[in-house]
Amino acid sequence: MPLTMNNKTPHWRRREPLTQRLIWLAYFLAVLVFLLCWKVVSDNTIWEFLTDAHIQAASLIGRMVPPQWSITGSLLLPLWDTINIATVGTALGVMIAFPLAFLAARNTSPHPTLRAVALAVIVSSRSINALIWAILLVTIVGPGLLAGMIAIALRSIGFVGKLLYEAIEEIHVTPVEAVTSTGAGRMQILNYAVLPQIMPAFAGITVYRWDINIRESTVLGLVGAGGIGLQMNAAINNLAWAQVSMVFVLIFATVILSEWVSAKVRHAVI
Amino acid sequence: MTDSSLVASHRIAAAKNGQWRPLPVISNAALRWGLNAAVLVYLVLVYFSVDINWARVAQGMDRGLAFMASFFTPDFITRGGEIAVGLRESLTMTFVATVLGIALAIPVGLGAAKNIAPVPVYYFCRAIIALSRTFQEIIIAILFVAMFGFGPLAGVMTLAFATVGFMAKLLAEDIEDAQRDPMEAVRATGAGWWQWINYAVQPQVMPRLIGLSLYRLDINFRESAIIGIVGAGGIGATLNTSINRYDYDTSAAVLLVIIGIVLCSEYLSGYVRKWTA
Repeated sequence: MPLTMNNKTPHWRRREPLTQRLIWLAYFLAVLVFLLCWKVVSDNTIWEFLTDAHIQAASLIGRMVPPQWSITGSLLLPLWDTINIATVGTALGVMIAFPLAFLAARNTSPHPTLRAVALAVIVSSRSINALIWAILLVTIVGPGLLAGMIAIALRSIGFVGKLLYEAIEEIHVTPVEAVTSTGAGRMQILNYAVLPQIMPAFAGITVYRWDINIRESTVLGLVGAGGIGLQMNAAINNLAWAQVSMVFVLIFATVILSEWVSAKVRHAVI
Repeated sequence: MTDSSLVASHRIAAAKNGQWRPLPVISNAALRWGLNAAVLVYLVLVYFSVDINWARVAQGMDRGLAFMASFFTPDFITRGGEIAVGLRESLTMTFVATVLGIALAIPVGLGAAKNIAPVPVYYFCRAIIALSRTFQEIIIAILFVAMFGFGPLAGVMTLAFATVGFMAKLLAEDIEDAQRDPMEAVRATGAGWWQWINYAVQPQVMPRLIGLSLYRLDINFRESAIIGIVGAGGIGATLNTSINRYDYDTSAAVLLVIIGIVLCSEYLSGYVRKWTA
Protein backbone atom coordinates (compact mmCIF):
# COMPACT_ATOMS: atom_id res chain seq x y z
CA MET A 1 0.00 0.00 0.00
CA PRO A 2 1.39 3.43 -0.83
CA LEU A 3 0.77 4.61 2.71
CA THR A 4 3.45 6.64 4.51
CA MET A 5 3.58 7.98 8.05
CA ASN A 6 4.11 11.71 8.11
CA ASN A 7 4.58 13.05 11.69
CA LYS A 8 2.50 10.14 12.97
CA THR A 9 -0.43 10.96 10.68
CA PRO A 10 -0.96 8.41 7.88
CA HIS A 11 -0.64 9.89 4.42
CA TRP A 12 -2.20 8.04 1.50
CA ARG A 13 -1.10 8.29 -2.14
CA ARG A 14 -2.57 6.60 -5.16
CA ARG A 15 0.61 4.85 -6.26
CA GLU A 16 3.89 3.51 -4.94
CA PRO A 17 6.59 6.22 -5.13
CA LEU A 18 8.62 4.25 -7.71
CA THR A 19 5.62 3.67 -10.01
CA GLN A 20 4.74 7.34 -9.75
CA ARG A 21 8.28 8.36 -10.74
CA LEU A 22 8.29 6.00 -13.70
CA ILE A 23 5.00 7.48 -14.90
CA TRP A 24 6.44 10.98 -14.59
CA LEU A 25 9.51 9.87 -16.53
CA ALA A 26 7.27 8.52 -19.31
CA TYR A 27 5.40 11.84 -19.46
CA PHE A 28 8.71 13.72 -19.52
CA LEU A 29 9.98 11.62 -22.45
CA ALA A 30 6.70 12.14 -24.31
CA VAL A 31 6.99 15.91 -23.88
CA LEU A 32 10.57 15.75 -25.15
CA VAL A 33 9.57 13.82 -28.27
CA PHE A 34 6.65 16.21 -28.77
CA LEU A 35 8.97 19.24 -28.69
CA LEU A 36 11.40 17.60 -31.14
CA CYS A 37 8.55 16.79 -33.53
CA TRP A 38 7.12 20.26 -33.11
CA LYS A 39 10.49 21.72 -34.11
CA VAL A 40 10.44 19.75 -37.38
CA VAL A 41 6.90 20.95 -38.13
CA SER A 42 7.78 24.50 -37.19
CA ASP A 43 10.92 24.53 -39.35
CA ASN A 44 8.87 23.50 -42.38
CA THR A 45 6.15 26.07 -41.78
CA ILE A 46 6.19 29.51 -43.33
CA TRP A 47 5.10 31.50 -40.29
CA GLU A 48 4.63 34.68 -42.34
CA PHE A 49 1.47 33.09 -43.74
CA LEU A 50 0.03 33.02 -40.25
CA THR A 51 0.24 36.74 -39.56
CA ASP A 52 -2.90 37.29 -41.59
CA ALA A 53 -4.54 33.92 -40.87
CA HIS A 54 -7.39 35.47 -38.90
CA ILE A 55 -8.14 37.84 -41.80
CA GLN A 56 -8.03 34.92 -44.25
CA ALA A 57 -10.31 32.87 -42.02
CA ALA A 58 -12.78 35.71 -41.59
CA SER A 59 -12.91 36.42 -45.31
CA LEU A 60 -13.27 32.71 -46.13
CA ILE A 61 -16.18 32.33 -43.73
CA GLY A 62 -17.65 35.60 -44.99
CA ARG A 63 -17.65 34.24 -48.54
CA MET A 64 -19.10 30.88 -47.43
CA VAL A 65 -22.10 32.35 -45.59
CA PRO A 66 -24.84 32.18 -46.72
CA PRO A 67 -24.56 28.96 -48.77
CA GLN A 68 -25.86 29.21 -52.33
CA TRP A 69 -29.13 27.32 -51.79
CA SER A 70 -30.16 27.67 -55.46
CA ILE A 71 -27.68 25.00 -56.64
CA THR A 72 -29.20 22.28 -54.43
CA GLY A 73 -31.11 20.79 -57.39
CA SER A 74 -27.99 20.29 -59.46
CA LEU A 75 -26.25 18.61 -56.50
CA LEU A 76 -28.82 15.90 -55.90
CA LEU A 77 -27.68 13.64 -58.75
CA PRO A 78 -24.00 13.74 -57.64
CA LEU A 79 -25.18 13.03 -54.10
CA TRP A 80 -27.06 9.95 -55.35
CA ASP A 81 -23.83 8.88 -57.11
CA THR A 82 -21.91 9.31 -53.85
CA ILE A 83 -24.38 7.13 -51.96
CA ASN A 84 -24.13 4.52 -54.73
CA ILE A 85 -20.33 4.53 -54.56
CA ALA A 86 -20.51 3.89 -50.82
CA THR A 87 -23.23 1.24 -51.02
CA VAL A 88 -21.98 -0.77 -53.99
CA GLY A 89 -18.38 -0.38 -52.77
CA THR A 90 -19.34 -1.73 -49.36
CA ALA A 91 -21.20 -4.65 -50.95
CA LEU A 92 -18.24 -5.58 -53.16
CA GLY A 93 -15.79 -5.24 -50.28
CA VAL A 94 -17.92 -7.38 -47.98
CA MET A 95 -18.23 -10.11 -50.62
CA ILE A 96 -14.43 -10.41 -50.76
CA ALA A 97 -13.89 -9.88 -47.03
CA PHE A 98 -16.33 -12.60 -45.98
CA PRO A 99 -14.40 -15.65 -47.31
CA LEU A 100 -11.12 -13.91 -46.48
CA ALA A 101 -12.09 -13.65 -42.80
CA PHE A 102 -12.61 -17.43 -42.63
CA LEU A 103 -9.15 -17.95 -44.12
CA ALA A 104 -7.64 -15.48 -41.62
CA ALA A 105 -9.33 -16.74 -38.44
CA ARG A 106 -7.12 -19.12 -36.47
CA ASN A 107 -9.92 -21.61 -35.78
CA THR A 108 -11.35 -21.87 -39.32
CA SER A 109 -8.26 -21.34 -41.48
CA PRO A 110 -7.47 -24.42 -43.62
CA HIS A 111 -3.70 -23.86 -43.62
CA PRO A 112 -1.19 -21.57 -41.80
CA THR A 113 0.25 -20.35 -45.12
CA LEU A 114 -3.20 -19.34 -46.36
CA ARG A 115 -3.77 -17.60 -43.03
CA ALA A 116 -0.57 -15.56 -43.42
CA VAL A 117 -1.56 -14.55 -46.95
CA ALA A 118 -5.06 -13.54 -45.84
CA LEU A 119 -3.65 -11.49 -42.95
CA ALA A 120 -1.21 -9.75 -45.32
CA VAL A 121 -4.07 -8.83 -47.67
CA ILE A 122 -6.10 -7.48 -44.74
CA VAL A 123 -3.23 -5.35 -43.41
CA SER A 124 -2.37 -3.94 -46.85
CA SER A 125 -5.97 -3.02 -47.50
CA ARG A 126 -6.33 -1.39 -44.09
CA SER A 127 -3.13 0.62 -44.35
CA ILE A 128 -4.02 2.39 -47.56
CA ASN A 129 -6.69 5.04 -47.57
CA ALA A 130 -9.60 4.88 -50.04
CA LEU A 131 -8.39 8.14 -51.59
CA ILE A 132 -5.03 6.60 -52.51
CA TRP A 133 -6.77 3.58 -54.01
CA ALA A 134 -8.93 6.05 -55.94
CA ILE A 135 -5.93 7.94 -57.35
CA LEU A 136 -4.49 4.64 -58.55
CA LEU A 137 -7.76 3.36 -59.96
CA VAL A 138 -8.49 6.59 -61.82
CA THR A 139 -5.23 6.09 -63.72
CA ILE A 140 -6.14 2.43 -64.35
CA VAL A 141 -9.88 2.29 -65.13
CA GLY A 142 -10.37 5.96 -65.93
CA PRO A 143 -12.27 8.64 -64.02
CA GLY A 144 -15.83 7.91 -62.90
CA LEU A 145 -18.00 6.02 -60.46
CA LEU A 146 -16.39 2.63 -61.16
CA ALA A 147 -13.00 3.79 -59.84
CA GLY A 148 -14.72 5.13 -56.71
CA MET A 149 -16.63 1.92 -56.09
CA ILE A 150 -13.55 -0.28 -56.44
CA ALA A 151 -11.53 2.09 -54.22
CA ILE A 152 -14.15 1.91 -51.47
CA ALA A 153 -14.34 -1.88 -51.88
CA LEU A 154 -10.57 -2.32 -51.62
CA ARG A 155 -10.41 -0.24 -48.44
CA SER A 156 -13.41 -2.02 -46.90
CA ILE A 157 -11.90 -5.51 -47.35
CA GLY A 158 -9.33 -4.92 -44.63
CA PHE A 159 -11.69 -3.27 -42.17
CA VAL A 160 -14.52 -5.81 -42.48
CA GLY A 161 -12.06 -8.71 -42.77
CA LYS A 162 -10.22 -7.77 -39.57
CA LEU A 163 -13.30 -7.24 -37.40
CA LEU A 164 -14.98 -10.35 -38.82
CA TYR A 165 -12.04 -12.70 -38.29
CA GLU A 166 -11.75 -11.44 -34.72
CA ALA A 167 -15.45 -12.24 -34.28
CA ILE A 168 -14.89 -15.73 -35.73
CA GLU A 169 -12.01 -16.37 -33.33
CA GLU A 170 -14.26 -15.46 -30.39
CA ILE A 171 -17.10 -17.92 -31.10
CA HIS A 172 -18.19 -20.56 -28.57
CA VAL A 173 -16.74 -24.00 -29.31
CA THR A 174 -19.73 -25.92 -27.89
CA PRO A 175 -21.98 -25.65 -31.00
CA VAL A 176 -18.99 -26.44 -33.22
CA GLU A 177 -18.30 -29.63 -31.25
CA ALA A 178 -21.98 -30.58 -31.21
CA VAL A 179 -22.28 -30.25 -34.99
CA THR A 180 -18.93 -32.01 -35.53
CA SER A 181 -20.09 -34.95 -33.39
CA THR A 182 -23.05 -35.52 -35.78
CA GLY A 183 -20.50 -36.33 -38.48
CA ALA A 184 -20.93 -33.05 -40.37
CA GLY A 185 -18.42 -32.10 -43.05
CA ARG A 186 -16.23 -28.99 -42.99
CA MET A 187 -18.68 -26.76 -44.86
CA GLN A 188 -21.61 -28.04 -42.79
CA ILE A 189 -19.78 -27.12 -39.59
CA LEU A 190 -19.15 -23.62 -40.90
CA ASN A 191 -22.72 -23.28 -42.08
CA TYR A 192 -24.56 -24.59 -39.02
CA ALA A 193 -22.19 -23.94 -36.11
CA VAL A 194 -20.03 -20.93 -36.99
CA LEU A 195 -22.21 -18.82 -39.27
CA PRO A 196 -25.21 -18.37 -36.93
CA GLN A 197 -22.85 -17.15 -34.19
CA ILE A 198 -21.18 -14.45 -36.28
CA MET A 199 -24.17 -13.24 -38.34
CA PRO A 200 -25.21 -10.41 -35.93
CA ALA A 201 -21.61 -9.17 -35.71
CA PHE A 202 -21.29 -9.42 -39.49
CA ALA A 203 -24.42 -7.32 -40.08
CA GLY A 204 -23.27 -4.75 -37.52
CA ILE A 205 -19.77 -4.47 -39.01
CA THR A 206 -21.16 -4.12 -42.55
CA VAL A 207 -23.52 -1.30 -41.64
CA TYR A 208 -20.81 0.41 -39.61
CA ARG A 209 -18.44 0.30 -42.58
CA TRP A 210 -21.19 1.56 -44.88
CA ASP A 211 -21.61 4.55 -42.61
CA ILE A 212 -17.85 5.27 -42.73
CA ASN A 213 -17.84 4.76 -46.51
CA ILE A 214 -20.54 7.41 -47.02
CA ARG A 215 -18.16 9.86 -45.36
CA GLU A 216 -15.14 8.69 -47.38
CA SER A 217 -16.94 8.67 -50.71
CA THR A 218 -17.80 12.37 -50.40
CA VAL A 219 -14.17 13.28 -51.11
CA LEU A 220 -13.32 10.71 -53.81
CA GLY A 221 -14.44 13.20 -56.46
CA LEU A 222 -11.41 15.37 -55.62
CA VAL A 223 -9.24 12.89 -57.53
CA GLY A 224 -11.84 12.25 -60.25
CA ALA A 225 -13.56 9.18 -58.85
CA GLY A 226 -17.10 10.54 -59.14
CA GLY A 227 -19.77 11.74 -56.75
CA ILE A 228 -20.36 15.05 -55.01
CA GLY A 229 -16.61 15.55 -54.54
CA LEU A 230 -16.38 16.45 -58.25
CA GLN A 231 -18.75 19.39 -57.71
CA MET A 232 -16.87 20.36 -54.56
CA ASN A 233 -13.56 20.30 -56.41
CA ALA A 234 -14.94 22.41 -59.25
CA ALA A 235 -16.38 24.95 -56.80
CA ILE A 236 -13.07 25.15 -54.90
CA ASN A 237 -11.10 25.64 -58.11
CA ASN A 238 -13.49 28.46 -59.08
CA LEU A 239 -13.12 29.91 -55.55
CA ALA A 240 -16.93 29.81 -55.39
CA TRP A 241 -16.98 29.36 -51.62
CA ALA A 242 -20.76 29.85 -51.32
CA GLN A 243 -21.18 26.75 -53.51
CA VAL A 244 -18.55 24.89 -51.48
CA SER A 245 -20.47 25.59 -48.28
CA MET A 246 -23.68 24.37 -49.95
CA VAL A 247 -21.91 21.08 -50.71
CA PHE A 248 -20.80 20.96 -47.05
CA VAL A 249 -24.39 21.40 -45.87
CA LEU A 250 -25.53 18.48 -48.04
CA ILE A 251 -22.63 16.28 -46.89
CA PHE A 252 -23.38 17.13 -43.26
CA ALA A 253 -27.05 16.18 -43.67
CA THR A 254 -26.22 12.92 -45.50
CA VAL A 255 -23.62 11.84 -42.96
CA ILE A 256 -25.91 12.58 -39.99
CA LEU A 257 -28.68 10.58 -41.69
CA SER A 258 -26.43 7.62 -42.49
CA GLU A 259 -25.09 7.62 -38.93
CA TRP A 260 -28.66 7.51 -37.63
CA VAL A 261 -29.57 4.62 -39.98
CA SER A 262 -26.44 2.71 -39.02
CA ALA A 263 -27.08 3.18 -35.28
CA LYS A 264 -30.71 1.98 -35.71
CA VAL A 265 -29.70 -1.13 -37.64
CA ARG A 266 -26.92 -1.99 -35.20
CA HIS A 267 -29.34 -1.69 -32.28
CA ALA A 268 -31.80 -3.96 -34.12
CA VAL A 269 -29.32 -6.75 -34.88
CA ILE A 270 -27.19 -6.81 -31.72
CA MET B 1 -52.80 -21.77 -32.03
CA THR B 2 -50.58 -18.73 -32.39
CA ASP B 3 -48.63 -18.00 -35.55
CA SER B 4 -45.23 -18.86 -34.12
CA SER B 5 -46.29 -22.18 -32.61
CA LEU B 6 -47.97 -23.10 -35.93
CA VAL B 7 -44.68 -22.39 -37.73
CA ALA B 8 -42.84 -24.40 -35.06
CA SER B 9 -45.09 -27.46 -35.44
CA HIS B 10 -44.71 -27.29 -39.24
CA ARG B 11 -40.97 -27.15 -38.86
CA ILE B 12 -40.95 -30.10 -36.46
CA ALA B 13 -43.10 -32.15 -38.87
CA ALA B 14 -40.72 -31.29 -41.74
CA ALA B 15 -37.72 -32.19 -39.62
CA LYS B 16 -39.21 -35.62 -38.85
CA ASN B 17 -39.30 -36.23 -42.62
CA GLY B 18 -35.63 -35.32 -42.78
CA GLN B 19 -36.29 -31.87 -44.24
CA TRP B 20 -34.99 -29.61 -41.48
CA ARG B 21 -33.91 -26.12 -42.49
CA PRO B 22 -32.40 -23.38 -40.34
CA LEU B 23 -34.64 -20.47 -39.32
CA PRO B 24 -34.52 -17.44 -41.63
CA VAL B 25 -32.55 -14.45 -40.30
CA ILE B 26 -35.58 -12.13 -40.59
CA SER B 27 -38.61 -13.93 -39.17
CA ASN B 28 -41.25 -11.64 -40.73
CA ALA B 29 -41.83 -13.05 -44.25
CA ALA B 30 -43.26 -9.81 -45.71
CA LEU B 31 -40.30 -7.80 -44.45
CA ARG B 32 -37.89 -10.45 -45.74
CA TRP B 33 -39.29 -10.47 -49.28
CA GLY B 34 -39.77 -6.70 -49.23
CA LEU B 35 -36.08 -6.21 -48.43
CA ASN B 36 -35.05 -8.64 -51.18
CA ALA B 37 -37.23 -6.77 -53.70
CA ALA B 38 -35.87 -3.41 -52.54
CA VAL B 39 -32.28 -4.62 -53.03
CA LEU B 40 -33.15 -5.84 -56.53
CA VAL B 41 -34.79 -2.53 -57.50
CA TYR B 42 -31.82 -0.64 -56.08
CA LEU B 43 -29.33 -2.72 -58.10
CA VAL B 44 -31.28 -2.01 -61.29
CA LEU B 45 -31.30 1.72 -60.51
CA VAL B 46 -27.57 1.69 -59.81
CA TYR B 47 -26.89 -0.25 -63.00
CA PHE B 48 -28.52 2.52 -65.01
CA SER B 49 -26.79 5.39 -63.19
CA VAL B 50 -23.26 3.98 -63.55
CA ASP B 51 -22.01 4.04 -67.08
CA ILE B 52 -18.84 2.07 -67.43
CA ASN B 53 -16.56 2.74 -70.35
CA TRP B 54 -15.37 -0.82 -70.93
CA ALA B 55 -12.98 0.24 -73.72
CA ARG B 56 -11.23 2.56 -71.25
CA VAL B 57 -11.14 -0.18 -68.60
CA ALA B 58 -9.58 -2.64 -71.06
CA GLN B 59 -7.04 0.00 -72.05
CA GLY B 60 -6.07 0.59 -68.43
CA MET B 61 -5.67 -3.07 -67.58
CA ASP B 62 -2.01 -3.33 -68.60
CA ARG B 63 -1.37 -0.23 -66.51
CA GLY B 64 -3.02 -2.01 -63.58
CA LEU B 65 -0.86 -5.06 -64.16
CA ALA B 66 2.24 -2.86 -64.37
CA PHE B 67 1.29 -1.35 -61.03
CA MET B 68 0.84 -4.73 -59.38
CA ALA B 69 4.12 -5.94 -60.86
CA SER B 70 5.90 -2.90 -59.41
CA PHE B 71 5.15 -4.19 -55.89
CA PHE B 72 7.75 -6.86 -56.62
CA THR B 73 10.26 -4.29 -57.88
CA PRO B 74 9.77 -1.30 -55.53
CA ASP B 75 12.26 1.51 -56.05
CA PHE B 76 13.31 3.05 -52.74
CA ILE B 77 16.47 4.65 -54.16
CA THR B 78 15.72 7.01 -57.07
CA ARG B 79 13.37 9.23 -55.06
CA GLY B 80 14.85 8.16 -51.72
CA GLY B 81 15.42 11.75 -50.63
CA GLU B 82 11.82 12.80 -51.24
CA ILE B 83 10.48 9.68 -49.53
CA ALA B 84 12.66 10.27 -46.45
CA VAL B 85 11.66 13.94 -46.17
CA GLY B 86 7.96 13.16 -46.67
CA LEU B 87 8.10 10.35 -44.16
CA ARG B 88 9.81 12.46 -41.52
CA GLU B 89 7.20 15.16 -42.01
CA SER B 90 4.35 12.63 -41.83
CA LEU B 91 5.66 11.03 -38.65
CA THR B 92 6.30 14.32 -36.83
CA MET B 93 2.94 15.74 -37.94
CA THR B 94 1.22 12.60 -36.72
CA PHE B 95 2.80 12.73 -33.27
CA VAL B 96 2.27 16.46 -32.70
CA ALA B 97 -1.33 16.30 -33.94
CA THR B 98 -2.20 13.25 -31.84
CA VAL B 99 -0.82 14.82 -28.65
CA LEU B 100 -2.58 18.15 -29.27
CA GLY B 101 -5.79 16.41 -30.31
CA ILE B 102 -5.91 14.23 -27.19
CA ALA B 103 -5.11 17.19 -24.93
CA LEU B 104 -8.10 19.02 -26.43
CA ALA B 105 -10.30 15.92 -26.54
CA ILE B 106 -10.11 15.25 -22.80
CA PRO B 107 -12.00 18.41 -21.71
CA VAL B 108 -14.46 18.01 -24.60
CA GLY B 109 -14.97 14.34 -23.71
CA LEU B 110 -15.61 15.21 -20.04
CA GLY B 111 -18.12 17.83 -21.17
CA ALA B 112 -19.86 15.40 -23.50
CA ALA B 113 -20.47 12.74 -20.84
CA LYS B 114 -24.07 12.96 -19.72
CA ASN B 115 -23.43 11.71 -16.20
CA ILE B 116 -20.91 14.38 -15.20
CA ALA B 117 -21.58 17.47 -17.34
CA PRO B 118 -24.35 20.06 -16.98
CA VAL B 119 -26.86 20.11 -19.85
CA PRO B 120 -25.70 23.25 -21.77
CA VAL B 121 -22.07 22.09 -21.65
CA TYR B 122 -23.19 18.63 -22.80
CA TYR B 123 -24.91 19.98 -25.92
CA PHE B 124 -22.04 22.34 -26.73
CA CYS B 125 -19.46 19.54 -26.54
CA ARG B 126 -21.67 17.14 -28.53
CA ALA B 127 -21.95 19.81 -31.26
CA ILE B 128 -18.14 20.06 -31.45
CA ILE B 129 -17.93 16.26 -31.76
CA ALA B 130 -20.57 16.10 -34.52
CA LEU B 131 -18.84 18.84 -36.51
CA SER B 132 -15.43 17.22 -36.24
CA ARG B 133 -16.65 13.73 -37.08
CA THR B 134 -18.83 14.57 -40.07
CA PHE B 135 -16.22 15.99 -42.39
CA GLN B 136 -13.54 13.87 -43.94
CA GLU B 137 -9.99 14.95 -43.06
CA ILE B 138 -9.38 16.08 -46.65
CA ILE B 139 -12.19 18.65 -46.49
CA ILE B 140 -10.85 20.09 -43.25
CA ALA B 141 -7.36 20.13 -44.75
CA ILE B 142 -8.58 22.15 -47.76
CA LEU B 143 -10.03 24.79 -45.43
CA PHE B 144 -6.96 24.92 -43.19
CA VAL B 145 -4.62 25.16 -46.18
CA ALA B 146 -6.71 28.09 -47.44
CA MET B 147 -6.39 29.76 -44.02
CA PHE B 148 -2.83 28.93 -42.89
CA GLY B 149 -1.08 28.35 -46.20
CA PHE B 150 0.68 25.24 -47.51
CA GLY B 151 2.80 23.14 -45.19
CA PRO B 152 2.73 20.77 -42.27
CA LEU B 153 1.06 23.24 -39.87
CA ALA B 154 -2.22 22.96 -41.78
CA GLY B 155 -1.82 19.18 -41.63
CA VAL B 156 -1.24 19.24 -37.86
CA MET B 157 -4.35 21.38 -37.36
CA THR B 158 -6.41 19.04 -39.56
CA LEU B 159 -5.35 15.86 -37.80
CA ALA B 160 -5.73 17.46 -34.36
CA PHE B 161 -9.24 18.63 -35.25
CA ALA B 162 -10.26 15.17 -36.45
CA THR B 163 -8.68 13.57 -33.35
CA VAL B 164 -10.78 15.75 -31.03
CA GLY B 165 -14.08 14.42 -32.40
CA PHE B 166 -12.97 10.79 -32.45
CA MET B 167 -11.36 10.67 -29.01
CA ALA B 168 -13.92 12.87 -27.26
CA LYS B 169 -16.84 10.74 -28.50
CA LEU B 170 -15.30 7.46 -27.38
CA LEU B 171 -14.05 8.95 -24.09
CA ALA B 172 -17.51 10.36 -23.33
CA GLU B 173 -19.12 6.98 -24.01
CA ASP B 174 -16.58 5.30 -21.75
CA ILE B 175 -17.25 7.78 -18.93
CA GLU B 176 -20.99 7.25 -19.34
CA ASP B 177 -20.45 3.49 -18.99
CA ALA B 178 -18.22 3.88 -15.91
CA GLN B 179 -19.33 2.29 -12.64
CA ARG B 180 -21.25 4.60 -10.34
CA ASP B 181 -20.16 3.03 -7.05
CA PRO B 182 -16.59 4.40 -6.95
CA MET B 183 -17.89 7.79 -8.07
CA GLU B 184 -20.38 7.92 -5.22
CA ALA B 185 -17.83 6.58 -2.74
CA VAL B 186 -15.29 9.28 -3.60
CA ARG B 187 -17.96 11.97 -3.58
CA ALA B 188 -19.12 10.76 -0.14
CA THR B 189 -15.65 11.49 1.29
CA GLY B 190 -16.23 15.17 0.55
CA ALA B 191 -13.84 15.28 -2.42
CA GLY B 192 -13.86 18.33 -4.67
CA TRP B 193 -14.66 18.14 -8.40
CA TRP B 194 -11.03 17.71 -9.49
CA GLN B 195 -10.38 15.05 -6.86
CA TRP B 196 -13.57 13.31 -7.90
CA ILE B 197 -12.48 13.19 -11.57
CA ASN B 198 -8.93 12.23 -10.67
CA TYR B 199 -9.70 9.40 -8.21
CA ALA B 200 -13.10 8.06 -9.30
CA VAL B 201 -13.41 8.62 -13.06
CA GLN B 202 -9.86 8.66 -14.43
CA PRO B 203 -8.74 5.22 -13.15
CA GLN B 204 -11.80 3.66 -14.77
CA VAL B 205 -11.23 5.13 -18.25
CA MET B 206 -7.42 5.26 -18.39
CA PRO B 207 -6.66 1.81 -19.94
CA ARG B 208 -9.18 2.39 -22.71
CA LEU B 209 -7.94 5.96 -23.24
CA ILE B 210 -4.37 4.71 -23.73
CA GLY B 211 -5.52 2.02 -26.16
CA LEU B 212 -7.59 4.50 -28.15
CA SER B 213 -4.74 7.02 -28.23
CA LEU B 214 -2.46 4.44 -29.83
CA TYR B 215 -5.19 3.49 -32.29
CA ARG B 216 -5.68 7.16 -33.20
CA LEU B 217 -1.91 7.58 -33.65
CA ASP B 218 -2.14 4.78 -36.19
CA ILE B 219 -5.16 6.37 -37.94
CA ASN B 220 -3.48 9.78 -37.99
CA PHE B 221 -0.41 8.34 -39.66
CA ARG B 222 -2.57 6.75 -42.37
CA GLU B 223 -4.48 10.01 -42.84
CA SER B 224 -1.24 12.01 -42.97
CA ALA B 225 -0.46 10.04 -46.12
CA ILE B 226 -3.41 11.61 -47.94
CA ILE B 227 -3.73 15.19 -46.73
CA GLY B 228 -0.50 15.95 -48.57
CA ILE B 229 -2.54 15.67 -51.78
CA VAL B 230 -4.18 19.04 -51.02
CA GLY B 231 -0.92 20.61 -49.81
CA ALA B 232 -1.03 19.96 -46.08
CA GLY B 233 2.41 18.34 -45.85
CA GLY B 234 3.57 14.78 -45.36
CA ILE B 235 4.26 11.83 -47.60
CA GLY B 236 0.99 12.19 -49.56
CA ALA B 237 2.51 14.77 -51.89
CA THR B 238 5.37 12.40 -52.82
CA LEU B 239 2.92 9.56 -53.40
CA ASN B 240 0.54 11.66 -55.47
CA THR B 241 3.34 12.98 -57.67
CA SER B 242 4.75 9.52 -58.29
CA ILE B 243 1.34 8.12 -59.29
CA ASN B 244 0.66 11.03 -61.62
CA ARG B 245 4.02 10.45 -63.29
CA TYR B 246 3.19 6.74 -63.68
CA ASP B 247 6.35 6.14 -61.65
CA TYR B 248 4.76 3.05 -60.09
CA ASP B 249 8.01 1.65 -58.66
CA THR B 250 8.31 4.69 -56.40
CA SER B 251 4.59 4.59 -55.53
CA ALA B 252 4.94 0.94 -54.56
CA ALA B 253 7.93 1.83 -52.37
CA VAL B 254 5.95 4.56 -50.58
CA LEU B 255 2.95 2.26 -50.08
CA LEU B 256 5.18 -0.53 -48.75
CA VAL B 257 6.73 1.91 -46.28
CA ILE B 258 3.25 2.97 -45.11
CA ILE B 259 2.12 -0.66 -44.76
CA GLY B 260 5.29 -1.51 -42.83
CA ILE B 261 4.84 1.35 -40.38
CA VAL B 262 1.15 0.55 -39.82
CA LEU B 263 2.10 -3.08 -39.19
CA CYS B 264 4.78 -2.07 -36.65
CA SER B 265 2.42 0.29 -34.84
CA GLU B 266 -0.20 -2.46 -34.67
CA TYR B 267 2.22 -4.85 -32.97
CA LEU B 268 3.42 -2.09 -30.66
CA SER B 269 -0.08 -1.05 -29.63
CA GLY B 270 -1.03 -4.66 -28.94
CA TYR B 271 1.98 -4.90 -26.65
CA VAL B 272 1.27 -1.61 -24.83
CA ARG B 273 -2.40 -2.50 -24.39
CA LYS B 274 -1.50 -5.80 -22.74
CA TRP B 275 0.90 -3.93 -20.49
CA THR B 276 -1.52 -1.18 -19.35
CA ALA B 277 -4.70 -3.21 -19.06
